[in-house]
Amino acid sequence: MNDTPSSQMPVALSAYAEDVDKVYYLIFWLSVVLFVGIMAAAAYFAISGKRKPGVRAEPTGHHMILELGWTVAPVFILAYLFWVGWKGYLDMSMVPPNALEVRGRAFQWGWDFEYPNGVHSKELKAPLGKPVKMILSSNDVLHAFFVPQFRIKRDTVPGIYATTWFEANKLGEADIFCAEYCGGKGEGDTATGHWAMIGKVKIMPAADFDKFLKEGNGPKEGETVPDWGKRLYADKNCAGCHSTDGAVGAGPSWKGLFGRTEVMSDETKLLADENYIRESILEPQAHIVKGFGPVMPSYKGILQDKEIDAIISYMKTLK
Amino acid sequence: MSTHDEATLNTNYLTATKGWKSWAFTLDHKRIGLMYLVFVLAAFLAGGIFALLVRTELMSHGPTIVSGPTYNKLFTLHGAIMVFLFIIPSIPASLGNFILPIQLGAKDVAFPKLNLLSFYVYLCGATLTLLSIAHGSVDTGWTFYTPYSLQDPEAATKVLYMTLGVFVLGFSSILTGLNFLVSIHKLRAPGLTWTRLPLFIWGMYATSIMQVLATPVLAITLLMLVFERVFGLGIFDPKLGGDPILFQHFFWFYSHPAVYIMIVPGMAVVSELFATFSRRVIFGYFAVAMSSLGLALVGFIVWAHHMFTSGMSEFANMLFSALTFLVAIPSGVKVFNWTATLYKGSISFAPPMLYALAFLFLFTIGGLTGLFLGTLNTDIHLHDTYFVVAHFHYVMMGGTVIGFIGGLLYWWPKMTGKMYHFGGATVGAWLTFIGFNVTFLSQFVLGSRGMPRRYYDYLPEFESLHRVSTFGAYILASGLFTTAGVLIHSLAKGRAAGRNPWGSVALEWKTQTPPVFQNFEQTPIITKGPYDYHLASDEELVEDLYAPDAAE
Ligand code: HEC
Ligand SMILES: [Cu+2]
Ligand SMILES: [Cu+2]
Repeated sequence: MNDTPSSQMPVALSAYAEDVDKVYYLIFWLSVVLFVGIMAAAAYFAISGKRKPGVRAEPTGHHMILELGWTVAPVFILAYLFWVGWKGYLDMSMVPPNALEVRGRAFQWGWDFEYPNGVHSKELKAPLGKPVKMILSSNDVLHAFFVPQFRIKRDTVPGIYATTWFEANKLGEADIFCAEYCGGKGEGDTATGHWAMIGKVKIMPAADFDKFLKEGNGPKEGETVPDWGKRLYADKNCAGCHSTDGAVGAGPSWKGLFGRTEVMSDETKLLADENYIRESILEPQAHIVKGFGPVMPSYKGILQDKEIDAIISYMKTLK
Repeated sequence: MSTHDEATLNTNYLTATKGWKSWAFTLDHKRIGLMYLVFVLAAFLAGGIFALLVRTELMSHGPTIVSGPTYNKLFTLHGAIMVFLFIIPSIPASLGNFILPIQLGAKDVAFPKLNLLSFYVYLCGATLTLLSIAHGSVDTGWTFYTPYSLQDPEAATKVLYMTLGVFVLGFSSILTGLNFLVSIHKLRAPGLTWTRLPLFIWGMYATSIMQVLATPVLAITLLMLVFERVFGLGIFDPKLGGDPILFQHFFWFYSHPAVYIMIVPGMAVVSELFATFSRRVIFGYFAVAMSSLGLALVGFIVWAHHMFTSGMSEFANMLFSALTFLVAIPSGVKVFNWTATLYKGSISFAPPMLYALAFLFLFTIGGLTGLFLGTLNTDIHLHDTYFVVAHFHYVMMGGTVIGFIGGLLYWWPKMTGKMYHFGGATVGAWLTFIGFNVTFLSQFVLGSRGMPRRYYDYLPEFESLHRVSTFGAYILASGLFTTAGVLIHSLAKGRAAGRNPWGSVALEWKTQTPPVFQNFEQTPIITKGPYDYHLASDEELVEDLYAPDAAE
């Protein structure tokens, strides 16, 4: 097992990553040999054939056996490459039956992961040595779940569940990138987009993982509800568009929001009470605040009732 | 233009008629080709400036010169302009328009009026694209993937202009393709049999077939996108019950053949260069000609290799992976045949030949790195990373654009009547070649290490390679500007070029430099192949770089 990144590949942290690397380096060395061979021949022919006065080029322009040879010989190499790639790919696609199911939701612009007992996290937690089946979906546009250290990638398509799986075989951290372009918004520090959908996978011993599942659903020990709401504000990416100090970002600031009367794009006025805020979070397109675009993603399925309550109680502190 | 008298028909096409109307309403394929050349090069310059801005932004971790959303617009413009306004029309519409009828020994293309129309259609498409830029420009990427391209109603007008622009540009391509197909079938000079056709023509033939057959699919797709936007029809948007994956199928059903619409002309040009500068018939002429058609054919059945991670069935992925490997065979045949053409040749290293050799080097890398992407399990890792970016730049720029510049330097004296400075052109070629490799070799490593494409910002560990790539881009730009400078200088101060500066036996070098209005004073009778150097007399092979009266 290689614990360090190779020259061209990141560290391998999943069961089939090494297979992918083997195929990658096989093609790499094959290409190097072919490339050097062809270029050496071309360079030699070109230099040795440099034009000399009075010397004509040799006229022969066709050689059946040679030409058939270089048409047919590659077929075998190509067939072999196809075969190893396909076999490796099948391993990636066949989810082991005992896999733990984790839901991954992509939205503009972040990730949310949900475990079988309803616990959510922004960082993906993965138990060591246990296959994990990812059930991926998107709240808005296309994204792709990409973990280079696992050699895995899968597009998330709105309206469709996509599945893939991995088995982390070493402790450590891996990166999550969004690999399918999904836009961007905002100016300056509040700008966010495709490039900001960078997350982490934390691979932990099975015991720690179980502990995380037990404790993950609610405030941490000693945390008050508004503090939990504040943590959610950061963790769930609300901070990407909403400030708490009055500055206008892609969305309105939360400062003094609770209890204020908001003017909507159709000039109706609504009081920002619990119901209004709850609706703003679950169905943001139902009413659009005047002066803003309809860009807020819905958090339906991502935020639990308890979490929404916690966010509201945090908002109440932002006078 | 039937009103021209005999004398006009037999004078230099650049001076045969005068006034701006004689250009704006010209039916002469050579003038249309030149006008295309001007606009195509302007698009190259614009796309190149966007590329430099993109690379400069990526030079350092964190915001560098622009904001994230602006960056998204920059790379969209770079891609859309380069693909639709520059590379696709580059070789066929500019060099092809100029050279193809001459190589056929014809007076013009089959439908000269259609040819002029296609030029104006191109201008209309370009104008629509500019309108979208003027409205603040789109940020969808050149692929316009749904539902993102349908998401923001405020961006509607811009996306509409851009898609309509590309839609219109498609028609220009179709018209040019149609014109070439009919010309090749109907206008060959007496004695110009199919087996005597220059490989450039074979390449244009294959390209035209693809343009005529594939472009309508793009047109329909973009039209559906427009309908979805304007009338709210649910075709691709899941919110309206549509299917975003369907868009990808439609899009790549055109855009994969488009890859061959772009690369086959590049191959066609370098086939001419290898023959002329090696003074030999292209090794395996028949195989090279047929491999162009082979690529055109296979190009139609591999589109879904862009979608291996999209959620297609395992079976579909298997099928498209297997089919994709077929592409390697005709591509390999060409590389081997060009290499073999050099063997025992009489090789000149004049500037156009440097581009042919650079093409061989770069295209081979582009092709071999395609193997990583056709292989399923490695593609899952590499898809949508910088590896793919590097791969297609090796093919599109290292292949097509290098072929285009090589062809431009090759036919420049014939087109403009001026010879350029060899030293300057050689320096330009080397800077371009070195800069190109520095820019894109580093991107292969970035990609295989996991750097996703279309990222405004990245993790700090990717910074050093991004920096290398950006400096490479500056070297590359200096090479291209040097070449541009050399060509512009030749127009102003260059010496008049001779009839056959490269000592070629091909037909286009038999007519005057620059050609007369009707290309040949008498319709040529073809008795030999275009590369029959062994049948040529010594006089035919003399390189008259400069016109006799210009040489003191
Ligand atoms: C992509 C940017 C974005 C993100 C991320 C985002 N919002 Fe919003 N939000 C907006 C915009 C824009 C509006 C105003 C338009 C509207 O009403 O939908 C808004 C409006 C709101 C409102 C109503 C505000 C008012 O002044 O009436 C609330 C409440 C809200 N968001 C809560 C949240 C919460 C909670 C989160 C995180 C879980 C969040 N938003 C994440 C963009 C965003
Ligand atoms: Cu994304
Ligand atoms: Cu393709």
